[in-house]
Amino acid sequence: MERETLHRMLRDMLLCRAFEERAAEEYSKGNIVGFLHLYPGEEAVAAGVINAAGPSDYIVSNYREHGHALVRGTPAREVMAELFGKATGMSRGMGGSMHMFDPERRFMGGYAIVGQTCPIAVGIAYAVAMRGLPEVVICFLGDGAVNQGTFHESLNMASLWRLPVLFVCENNHYAIGTEIHRHSAVPEVFKRVAAYNIPAEKIDGMDVLKVHEATKHALERIRRGGGPQFIECETYRYRGHSMADPGTYRPAVELKAYQSWDPIAAAIRDVEFKYPTPEELAEVGSDNVKLFVDHLIDGEHLAAADVEEMKQDVQKIVDDAVQFALQSAKPTMDSAMDYLNHAHRHEVLM
Amino acid sequence: MSQELLYWQALNRAMDHEMAADDSVFTLGEDVGLYGGSYRVTEGLYAKYGEWRVRDTPISENGFTGLGVGAALVGMRPVVEIMTINFMLLALDSIVNGAAKIPLMSGGRLKVPLVVRVPGGIARQLAAQHAQRLEHTLMNVPGLRIAVPSTPQDAYWQLRQAIASDDPIILLEHELLYFTKGPVDFAAEAPPMHRAIVRRQGRDVTIVSYSRHAVLAQDAASELAKEGIEAAVIDLRSLKPVDWDTCAASVEKTHRLLVVEEDCRFAGAGAEISAALTERCFYSLDAPVQRLAGLDIPTPYNGALEAASIPQIADIVAAARQLCQAASESKAA
Repeated sequence: MERETLHRMLRDMLLCRAFEERAAEEYSKGNIVGFLHLYPGEEAVAAGVINAAGPSDYIVSNYREHGHALVRGTPAREVMAELFGKATGMSRGMGGSMHMFDPERRFMGGYAIVGQTCPIAVGIAYAVAMRGLPEVVICFLGDGAVNQGTFHESLNMASLWRLPVLFVCENNHYAIGTEIHRHSAVPEVFKRVAAYNIPAEKIDGMDVLKVHEATKHALERIRRGGGPQFIECETYRYRGHSMADPGTYRPAVELKAYQSWDPIAAAIRDVEFKYPTPEELAEVGSDNVKLFVDHLIDGEHLAAADVEEMKQDVQKIVDDAVQFALQSAKPTMDSAMDYLNHAHRHEVLM
Repeated sequence: MSQELLYWQALNRAMDHEMAADDSVFTLGEDVGLYGGSYRVTEGLYAKYGEWRVRDTPISENGFTGLGVGAALVGMRPVVEIMTINFMLLALDSIVNGAAKIPLMSGGRLKVPLVVRVPGGIARQLAAQHAQRLEHTLMNVPGLRIAVPSTPQDAYWQLRQAIASDDPIILLEHELLYFTKGPVDFAAEAPPMHRAIVRRQGRDVTIVSYSRHAVLAQDAASELAKEGIEAAVIDLRSLKPVDWDTCAASVEKTHRLLVVEEDCRFAGAGAEISAALTERCFYSLDAPVQRLAGLDIPTPYNGALEAASIPQIADIVAAARQLCQAASESKAA
């Protein structure tokens, strides 16, 4: 793999982590309100998948999508300003954390109804197939979504009409607070998908290289006319489901197991799990990121000093994003009405 | 030049004309293709336009309606047919949480040029799960537009206008209107999609209705004329937005308003119509606004009970007569 891609993926992961930790901080300050679902622990999926996609491919995401937007290239300023509900946000302050849109980058939205990304992605793919274009639609979903009717309806239609969709399941083992063995009769998601004649594989979602590789191959198969493909990425979120959720339903031993990828996490192994502070999370911030950093250093793709520099760079980007969001204007009700009615402004209604 | 067409044929021609003019228009739904549509609206289109543009779907209402939403986001003009409004309950997530909200949620960065066509209403003894109305539910969804054509000409015009529009639009078609006949002029200029039409002028009472009951209201007005009561009949043609100006202008002339609907009375479409017109026309009214609506009951299978559950022509005549009498008595007093 090219050095440039490796560096970009690491930088993306570090940016996602720093962005989300800062978002948590801004949430406790009251600058961000409402539901906030954070991504730490799952960064390897966004970085691996989206960096394997082309600029004309579409991304459809759910409500844990800040990282997906950042990796896709939406400026951190616009993502942060959206969290702050400002007019400069990527959805002009109308969508918030769960509804981020950037159609110019073919980032077709954050949707907060579990399973809703599936039919929307299938619809975009239907349009692509009708027009005979070489584009692919990447559809993110969580393990909680696999028990929704829309998931099964969409897999069936995508397979039936061989639509160019790559389904990416970010399996973090929890449907909010219910562990997968308690919500799915068949806990291996890829097995259920195989029933629709869709090639499906399970990969280590903590390893960005494996995610990138699997995505690249799946996209190639789709572009060759192989129909929809499915990748189940096994991953883990270090925080609760949202800021309203301390995540205490997860056994301490489980969280520890996922932190045991690296020596730094081992240092906190004896600490009873409680709602983590930003400092604690910074320490845990090795995990998938650390795994990748070690790999790059071992392979002489990167020096430890480079990592420090990258961390400082992304921190600057995040600081700047927060300043931008703080200083941005609030949207007005007139602008909201204008967005609601923008599609028919040239029509005479009555 | 106009020709006599059945309501379903008018819809069929509208589909054909739009599909021929714009290859981003496509239709999908249960049995719309090979079978030709349960009410024949898509008859012949599969042979003419092929399976990608006339797509038979599995029975997955929420899934294929959501597919329509996704396709609309990237510039297609999907026309989703939901076989009957009863099954639309399964698709409400795609319509309410999807189509209606994306334009605002995206800060105006995305449009949803989607049409959802749905047969509905009380037909002939189809029983509770196949005989209901959902206009009240849809009217309460910001971001949707709702057209309710009652004539073949309106069916033709409003379907074409809905397809051409960049908004998500629901077309409520009445199952008992599909085989009614009327003149359709393809070349005539259409009135704006949501304008109400005064079907009959009158000086004594204004009857506001829509869809099949707008037709029944005209029959009732003919009966009333024999008694010397001149009723104005307004066909709303649209339930969202509603053309209040046309209604108010009539009420200010007649001073009496009767709202007739097939929807259930409690929190039905008529509740909004009478509330809004009462607020606006209170000082012009000689009597309280009256509503005539369906009973609050799941539709019984038995034919006599089914008929008794929704307003009939005789009910409209009686209600209008009573309203005129009550108003003149209170004036005399």
